[in-house]
Amino acid sequence: MRHTILAAGLTTIAGAAFAQTPVLTVYTYDSFIPDWGPGPAIEAAFEETCGCDLQFVGAGDGAALLSRIRLEGARSGADVVLGLDTNLTAAAAATGLFAPHGIEAPGLTLPVSWDDPLFLPFDWGYFAFVHDTSLQDVPGSFEELAASDVSIVIQDPRSSTPGLGLLLWVQKAYGDRAGEIWEGLSDNIVTVTPGWSEAYGLFLDGEADMVLSYTTSPAYHLIAEEDPTKTAAPFAEGHYMQIEVAGVLAGTDQPELARAFLAFMLTEGFQSVIPTTNWMYPAALPAEALPEGFETLIQPGQALLYDAGEAAAVRDGAIETWQRALSR
Amino acid sequence: MERTGAVLAALVALAVLGPLVAVAFAAEGPGRLGPADFAAIRFTLLQAALSALFSVLAAIPVARALARRRFAGRRLLVAVMGAPFILPVIVAVLGLLAIFGRAGWLNAAFEALGMGTVSIYGLGGIVLAHVFLNLPLAVRLLLQAWLSVPSERMRLAASLGFSDGDMRRHFERPILCAVLPGALTIIFLICATSFAVALILGGGPRATTVELAIYQAFRFDFDLGRAALLGLVQVLICLAAGLLALGLVRGGEMGFGLDRPARPWPGDGPVARGLDVLSIVGASVFLLLPLLAILLEGLAALPGLPSQVWEAALRSIVVALGSTALTVAMALPIALFAAGGRGRGGVEAVTALSISVSPLVVGTGLFLILFPIVDPVPLALPVTGLVNALVALPFILRALIPAARAAEAGQGRLADALGMTGWTRLRLAILPRLRRPLGFGAGLAAAFSMGDLGVIALFSSPGEATLPMEMYRLMGSYRTDDAEGAAVLLMLLALALFWAFDRGGRVDAVA
Amino acid sequence: MLSLEDVRLGIGDFTLTLDAEVPEGQRVAVLGTSGSGKSTLLSLLAGFVVPDRGHVRWQGKDITGLPPAERPMSILFQDGNLFPHLTVAQNVGLALRTDLRLDDKESRRVAATLDRVGLGGMGGRRPADLSGGQQGRAALARLLLQDRPVALLDEPFAALDPALRNDMAGLLEALCREHGLTLFLATHDLRDAERLCDRVWLLQEGCVVLDRPVAGLREAVPEALSDWM
Repeated sequence: MRHTILAAGLTTIAGAAFAQTPVLTVYTYDSFIPDWGPGPAIEAAFEETCGCDLQFVGAGDGAALLSRIRLEGARSGADVVLGLDTNLTAAAAATGLFAPHGIEAPGLTLPVSWDDPLFLPFDWGYFAFVHDTSLQDVPGSFEELAASDVSIVIQDPRSSTPGLGLLLWVQKAYGDRAGEIWEGLSDNIVTVTPGWSEAYGLFLDGEADMVLSYTTSPAYHLIAEEDPTKTAAPFAEGHYMQIEVAGVLAGTDQPELARAFLAFMLTEGFQSVIPTTNWMYPAALPAEALPEGFETLIQPGQALLYDAGEAAAVRDGAIETWQRALSR
Repeated sequence: MERTGAVLAALVALAVLGPLVAVAFAAEGPGRLGPADFAAIRFTLLQAALSALFSVLAAIPVARALARRRFAGRRLLVAVMGAPFILPVIVAVLGLLAIFGRAGWLNAAFEALGMGTVSIYGLGGIVLAHVFLNLPLAVRLLLQAWLSVPSERMRLAASLGFSDGDMRRHFERPILCAVLPGALTIIFLICATSFAVALILGGGPRATTVELAIYQAFRFDFDLGRAALLGLVQVLICLAAGLLALGLVRGGEMGFGLDRPARPWPGDGPVARGLDVLSIVGASVFLLLPLLAILLEGLAALPGLPSQVWEAALRSIVVALGSTALTVAMALPIALFAAGGRGRGGVEAVTALSISVSPLVVGTGLFLILFPIVDPVPLALPVTGLVNALVALPFILRALIPAARAAEAGQGRLADALGMTGWTRLRLAILPRLRRPLGFGAGLAAAFSMGDLGVIALFSSPGEATLPMEMYRLMGSYRTDDAEGAAVLLMLLALALFWAFDRGGRVDAVA
Repeated sequence: MLSLEDVRLGIGDFTLTLDAEVPEGQRVAVLGTSGSGKSTLLSLLAGFVVPDRGHVRWQGKDITGLPPAERPMSILFQDGNLFPHLTVAQNVGLALRTDLRLDDKESRRVAATLDRVGLGGMGGRRPADLSGGQQGRAALARLLLQDRPVALLDEPFAALDPALRNDMAGLLEALCREHGLTLFLATHDLRDAERLCDRVWLLQEGCVVLDRPVAGLREAVPEALSDWM
């Protein structure tokens, strides 16, 4: 933090000689900003080169972020929005508030191809059920899970990003059989929480055998806590992906700076910060550059993902199926 | 002062309903409710009614026991028992789970005894959590009423040889008639807008409340029309509950006296004593064990908390103090106005609106109103303070209005006879009688503001996180240990603030 | 005979000390400023507080530690004597049965007593519908029905206007004579003492500093009573 202040101070002094320092405002989700999040390091790195003042503004989680942008409309104070995911980009694009980024991004290390003109990915992950290594008879698929008496805690798809991810995971893997799978899972579900934090907290407190999280979650425990007892269960159906993206607002008064930030986002200065602060896979960093410990994570056989348009189209029906199956 | 009260009450109504209108206007078309929304409304009514009922029923023996017993540490117990009410919901839920959860102490004990396990998830768990959160409020409201019984009347009962049954009939029943409708309503309102409890402990989409439906409308559908409509439904439900309660409150006032119950308590005996011990011990165990669990889990992390958490704590204290000052400044004139004449009880119902309106709707509405005029981000803390003050207002009024009425009927007349007016009259005749409920209400407002996540999430900027928000951030970054430490800090600060104000209110009271 | 033998009661900095005998049927006016211990004295006699030392005896029997309900005393306060949720008749009836299950005979006694205090036909009203004077009479009716030989009255007239005061004093005197009541009347008005009582105690800081018959009081000790005249 002191480093940040110092850097900001230096840029301010340097900038003051010529003109007022331009300010780049980036709206992001809350957990991006704290000392232990990616925000401070990224801010320092970008400000070293941009001659600007980078300001992060937190606005809840990913979905709240989009609501905030929609509430502010064309007069938004944001130049860049960072932290939407592919389940939200269709709705975000439909607002007409975003401008094309115009950046060629050949160095992406996503397991899928990327050609969205409005949004660029900065990190990604696979959803997975995380459990303690002491768990016996770990299920290897949704069908095995449904047949077992392993307890799980999941998130509500109507209020949480992972919750929606799970919904689409089951939908993508089973299509018309999704309702049947959910009915089978209903006696495994201890409870459904509003967000990831609550669910993960319940899991750590021993309320359930497994929690819906990410394949990268065990890395936190391994690297930050030196605790190797958490792992993720590989599922035979493949794992649904979450890709987190950023976009430039059409109404920005700093279009050049905003695009410079998006370009910077795919460089090492940004990408190398991600694994051990956001605990996700960086979107443009080769596997060799990942910190030690990430090689222990499970590698899903197949990456599942609806593109943005499909995700928006199947969402409402999938929620209805989920609701009906679990209300029995 | 009275006129100020009327104007303030109108402003409160505006501040609460204005945002709702703002959201409705921002919508692209009128909202429509689907079958899932009606199911949510039904479930909300059911769980809120059950929660209010059980909270109040459980409070009756506890308040009675605390009113008639004196023992070492009683004050401390009363203060600490209030803690669940002022805890952030997620902390309270985690504390409850440590006791009643699948891996909790209760099930561990059952397992050790070779008995089956119990599950907290479902309607039962929601009601249990709401009782945990609101029992302290119900107890305090009833205890407050017990303490306002004139000591002459207690002594009269002692002199007449009242039995325990006579005490029930001639003291407790009138107290309950006077206090229960209000207590039931306020707890109903709190539970009707409850969100996280229902969602975490509900076990699935069966337990969808209106508040969750609003959340969903805002967040995933961005359907402002439906959000506004659901917000309106919520207000109407709460308004109906409020009016019903108002109709039930009649002539139940117990008069006024020396603010000090008589010793010994008439009709006391071994049975009464046994019941009281059972009630106090039972309530203490139920309310304090989860707090203890929170403490045990988080205390170790407290010294090592990141500096941002401490900064956030300081910020939270400032917001809480500002919010408390604002609450008191609003509550006093409104209470005096409500107490100043017949047929003004409606004022309380109007201000009770502020807990019946979804915080999401208020936050979003305020944002929509402010955004075109000013940049809302620097206003995050003041707006949070304002909204917290609005939320705390009904609670402080609940305690203040009856006391103001009593003071008006007693000292007020005397003051009028002496030709006292304005500030002198207030300071010399009325305020001394209001000190205790004012202290209680201010303490509640402070603690409430401390623990409330509030609207800040919508306005937040990096440098201005409050402690509950910082705690959520820690939870959202796998830092469960630090989050548990922050929860302990939050709990201790909220309790300390409440304790400071509540004690301040009884400096001249004799225990 | 009511005997107060070397009685001492400390509450904080305040100490009440008493050593006196009062024959049955005597009417004692307890005069004193606020804080002089008038109410504490009555509380002690009524049994709401127990002395730290000494004995209270009634007709030779030690009643020092007896609970209020088992004492030969009934008490009336300045206000707060009636339960607002009960009717006048019910309030009076509490003297006979605290559970209010009165039989016909008892109900007739309640009605007769109400007649006696001038509240005939008002038994069905609520205290809130009575004037201050009428409330005082209702409380008095209950005191009579309690049928205890010692009446403790803590400034019962303080809230009444002068005309009502005279009325009540007259009624009270008549009732005391009829029932042979021993009376303790805490007041700060010398005229009440003169109208009703035959003995005066002047209390100062918890001590009886003057104890003498009412007759000829003004002439005998004008300087001690100057504050009350």
